Amino acid sequence: MVPTNYYLILGAMIFAIGAIGVLSRRNALIIFMCVEMMLNSVNLTLIAFARQWNNLNGQIFVFMIMAVAAAEVAVGLAILIAHVHHSKSINIDDINVMKW
Amino acid sequence: MDFSMIFFILVAALSVGAAVGVVASRVAVHSALFLLVHFVTLAILYITLDAQFLAAAQVIIYAGGIVILILFVIMLIGSQPFTGRAGYRTWVPFAGVALGLLMVAGLAYAIVQTPLMPATLPANAGGVPEELGMFLYTQNILLVELAAVLLLVALLGALLLAKWPKAERIVN
Repeated sequence: MVPTNYYLILGAMIFAIGAIGVLSRRNALIIFMCVEMMLNSVNLTLIAFARQWNNLNGQIFVFMIMAVAAAEVAVGLAILIAHVHHSKSINIDDINVMKW
Repeated sequence: MDFSMIFFILVAALSVGAAVGVVASRVAVHSALFLLVHFVTLAILYITLDAQFLAAAQVIIYAGGIVILILFVIMLIGSQPFTGRAGYRTWVPFAGVALGLLMVAGLAYAIVQTPLMPATLPANAGGVPEELGMFLYTQNILLVELAAVLLLVALLGALLLAKWPKAERIVN
């Protein structure tokens, strides 16, 4: 049986890779994908703890995170499409319509 | 080193490799396909953690829904790698990598310090759909209702946001 710590370290690595992607890429779509990866690493951590303490609440959390992630992707991609219709660019540096 | 550990290391290496591919590839379609591989490897890891229902949900929702949605958007808006303004914000990727390594160091410090014993408890049969469904629909029924409302509002919001420019064009 694989110890829980290994799953936690894997989750931390994936979370950090996703954070590096969010901080360093400029394509808004790839930033979305990295946010999804960060959400998934937290899911992995929650499921590992659910096994560690033999408690189903962690899996319920993961279920809710999946619902929220689906909603977030739908609304976020709709905002991105609206912005592309507006300014023909998915560079994250060009999304400054509301900047004062 | 028994079989489960070797299997975990192989799948974890594939998962991390796919994650690096998402971040590092130049074309957005390649990133989406790496993301698909990443989600499937995570579903395999969920099965090793006795969460069979969530593994199926991971494949259906993430690999079948979200990646397809991202691929549709890539088809709509094009995936050619854009050429940014030269010399503009060139230091930001390095700052991002530095901050990410700092985060890895902090998380590793926290995890190594945590005195978590290997799980010696009997494997919970709670990951199978029957147990999880009983738990979800009896004690957590409010969460199911909230998720339903959330998904409905998100659907309507996405529809409204994505339709808006075309309506404006007709007015003009």
